[in-house]
Order: sequence, then C-alpha cells, then structure tokens
Amino acid sequence: MEIFTPGGPLLIFLASLFTSNILLSKFLGMCSFIALSRNMKTSFGMGIAVTFVTFATALINYGIHHGILAKGSVIFPDADLTYLEFLIFILVIAGFVQFVEIILERFIPSLYFSFGIFLPLITVNCAILGVNLLMVDPNLNFDLFKTGVYALGSGLGYCLAICLMAGIRNKLQDADIPEPLQGLGSTVIITGIMALAFMGFTGMVELG
Amino acid sequence: MIYIQAILTLAVIGTGLTVLLLVLAYFFARYGTCKVKVNDREPFEVEGGGKLLDALYDNKIFIPSACGGQGTCGFCKTRVLSGGGPLLPTETPYLTEEEQQCGTRLACQVKIRNDIEIQVKPEFLNIKQFVATVDEATMKTGDIREIHFKLQPGDAIEFHPGQYVQVLVPSKKETIFRAYSIASVPADQDSIELLVRLIPKGLGSTYLHAIQPGDQVTFTGPYGEFILDQDPEAELVCVGGGVGMAPMRSLLRHIAQANPQKKAWLFFGARTTDQLLYLEEFTKLQKELPNFKICYALSEPEKCPDWNGETGFIHLAVEKLLEKNDNPKRQAFLCGPPQMLEAARNTLTQKGFQDCNIFADEF
Repeated sequence: MEIFTPGGPLLIFLASLFTSNILLSKFLGMCSFIALSRNMKTSFGMGIAVTFVTFATALINYGIHHGILAKGSVIFPDADLTYLEFLIFILVIAGFVQFVEIILERFIPSLYFSFGIFLPLITVNCAILGVNLLMVDPNLNFDLFKTGVYALGSGLGYCLAICLMAGIRNKLQDADIPEPLQGLGSTVIITGIMALAFMGFTGMVELG
Repeated sequence: MIYIQAILTLAVIGTGLTVLLLVLAYFFARYGTCKVKVNDREPFEVEGGGKLLDALYDNKIFIPSACGGQGTCGFCKTRVLSGGGPLLPTETPYLTEEEQQCGTRLACQVKIRNDIEIQVKPEFLNIKQFVATVDEATMKTGDIREIHFKLQPGDAIEFHPGQYVQVLVPSKKETIFRAYSIASVPADQDSIELLVRLIPKGLGSTYLHAIQPGDQVTFTGPYGEFILDQDPEAELVCVGGGVGMAPMRSLLRHIAQANPQKKAWLFFGARTTDQLLYLEEFTKLQKELPNFKICYALSEPEKCPDWNGETGFIHLAVEKLLEKNDNPKRQAFLCGPPQMLEAARNTLTQKGFQDCNIFADEF
C-alpha cells in the first residue's frame, strides 16, 4: 500500500482535511459552525468533540454497513439494505453520543465539563452523519483503515474550519460592519470566502 | 424476504441501542438517594444527580444566588467538606487560590453524586422564602419608588438593619433574583419596605415599578453581613445617595426606636432638591433625638435657588462636619454609587475610622 498513490491513506487524510472539507465543500454542520464560532475556546471544544464522535461512529457504522447492510454482508449476504443507512446511522450516532455523555459525566466530570457540554449538540450534527454516509460510497471503496483515516481527517477538518472562523470573528469584533450584515450575514459570507480558499487546494489532493 | 430483513435489522439495532442506554443509565446515571449534611444539622436526603443549589433550595436553605444557577454571579459559594468531586473549570474564575484550597465551591455547579457534607454560613440558615402582597407604593422622586409589602398572616421576617432581600423576578426562561436593601425597621416583622430606582430595561426594577397594590411578590432573605454595634457611644456614620437611602433609613429608624441615645450621623448627597429623600422625616428625627445629626448636600445647588443647606459633594460635607475620633468601635455604613463611596471611604479613613468598620454597599 503506497501512501502517496491516489486513494492512499495520507492523501485521503489531506483531502478530507482540505479539498473535501466536510464543512466547506459540502456545507454540512453549518448550524453548530455558526452558533459556536464566537470564541476560540468553545470552537476548539466543539471541534474536538466532533472529531472524536465522527471517528468513533464511523468505525461502528463501518461495521454495521459491512456486517449487515451492504450486499455481500456477513449477516444478510443477498439483500441490499443500504437504503436503511440514513435511519440506522443516525440512531447509532445519537445512541453513541448518549453513551459517551453518561460515561464521561460519571467517571471524568472535568472532561465532561470542558467538552462534554457540546455532546448533546452533536447528536443531530449533519457533518457527522454526512461523513458516515459518504464513507460507505461504493466508488470510494474504503477499507476499515481508510475509513478511520477519512473520519479523523473530516473531524479535524471541521475543527480547523470552526477554529479559523472563531479567529476571524474575533478580529471582526472591532470592525465597522454595515448593520444588515452584522452577525449571521457576515459569517455566511466569510464562510463562502473560506470555502473558496480551501478549494484552492483542489487538484493537489483528491479523495479516491 | 427483503422487507423482513429490513424490519429485523432496524428493530434489532433500535432495541439494542435502547437497551444498552437504559442499562447504562440504570447503573451509571442513577445516584440513588444521597445524604446532604449542612453544618451540624441532621442530614437530609435528596435524589442524586441534581445540583447542590437546587437541593438546598428544595430543603429551605436559601443561600444567595443572583444568577439563578447559571454559574455567572459567584454568590453561591459554599464550603464542601466531602463528596463534592473535582473542581470544575466553570467555577475557577470565581474562586481565589485560598478558597479553592479550603474546598469552597459554587453550589450551582456541584452535582450531588454521593453523600455530601457542606458548611454554609450560619446566618444563611435563617434565610427563608416569603410571599408578600404590595399594599402601598409611592414615587419618592422622578425614578425612585417606595414599595411597602405585607407578609402573609403568620409569617415574620427577622433581620438586622442594613440587610437585603432577593426579589424573584418572574421570567419564563430562568429563575432571576435581584437584590434590594430593606428600608423598613426590624421591629415591623410582618412587613417590609423597599426603595427601587427605575433602571431602563432593568429586569428587576421595571418589574417592581410595574406592580400594583394587591400584587404578590416572592422574595428570599435576609442577606447581608453588616451588624450594628449596640454601644450608644459607638457612633454610626451613614453616607450615601439615591436609593442608597434604603438601608440607611432602616438603620437610623431602628436606632431611633431601639437605641435613641446612640450617636448617629446621616450624610445624604444629591444633585438637586427633587432628588432629596425623606428630608422632612429626618429633620424631625434630628430634633427629637439628642445624638442624631443629619446633613443633606446638593452637588448642583445653582439649579435650586431656594436651597440653603450644604453644597458640594457629600464627602466634602463629611470632611467639614464630622469630628476626628479614634474610638475603634465607630462604624460607617456607605451605600451609593462607587465614586461617591470611594471618596467617602478616603475621608472616613482620615477621620480615624478603621478599615474593617467601614461597610460599603455599592450599586
């Protein structure tokens, strides 16, 4: 396995981090991105929480996909149940988030209070569901290792984007923005410009 | 066949997750009944998993909290002796190094997970919740309203003059309390009086300016640490302005009733004559009591041609009229805007007051 060949793990990682950044290329996860990018500390906490949940649920859902849903799966080899992905993946994500929340709160309260408070927001975060649904795309043909790399890269990509946004919004606090564009308006425009910048990487690395 | 497989898959995964979470919640999110021991009292039992502050409120222990458990005011400091768990990042901004070491926590952030032992200031145990009815309200100046509340029959509030209550401001979203000094005297145990200055868009003051006689208001109290020295020779000097009059009025009327020989001074600063509060009442009191003196001063006398009292800022009047004295029991009670108190504090220190005897209530 050559890591620098197209579709190799390093390129998947870089692609999911930059050119195919889940937030800036697919515009998924926008609500938490806009709501929580007011300050760097919150953004970073949210970014790390998203990274962790994306990574873990991607591995679980990879197992469910290849064990049950896909054609040729272990349990139902003849049936193609991939149309159930939407429903089952979101169930798994929500269930997993609850699971982590209960465990963290009980055993590591300090960690719970620094990043666990974002967990309920993640339950219905479309970026995570997006990653889960995209990674099982038959065209990409990811194995378990590549799935992990892709999920990790996407999560970190979200973290990168939201932290950059927090930095920009922090600088914008003193800026004289026209009233109609204050808050949400300028944020969405900036997100667009950031997406353009990230697309500048296109051609350097590609998914699959 | 394919439909059965689909339904089976969904059902198994759905039920599996539900069962897993229920089992987890059963073992980990349930803390059972926990005992809360407050000071030397008999421990009470609460259902685990809730906040310490809520548990205390449910058991009629009303420690101060102005933000309603949001962790933003830092008033609900409580010493947790055992069972509080680790200090949380949400608390550290409000606690000094020293407090952190002796186990001080914010009660609104501590979750009860096991038996817990805490220590609250003994005076907090006397704090109760009251429901009172407005029976009279009058505007005293352009923006200050005097409101008189009658407690429910059988209720009685015991407080020291100079203390305050926290009024519950009705809100759909959260519990909001706002603190107001008591202006009435401790002898009237079945009623209290508040002075409220209207602050535009202020939650508490707009509420208290809108209520009418007959309306009911909930408050907890009393809070506050000022204890009046009973010695008649220990002079009490009150310096204030605006609604800072409330606690001073309570103190001075209490002295008039309970300790009429006690030496006392009232210094009250205002800009113009229409901001003066209770001038007639205190002028009368000055004539009746041998050791009570007052001084009202205007800082903008040019606007009030018929004023013939003191002029200038109030700390200058203190400087001019108060005699220097080294009696270590002399007390000063300051209540007013920060700049006024700052200036008054400096003047009082020069007049021989000890720092620990100058009590300031800023607003």
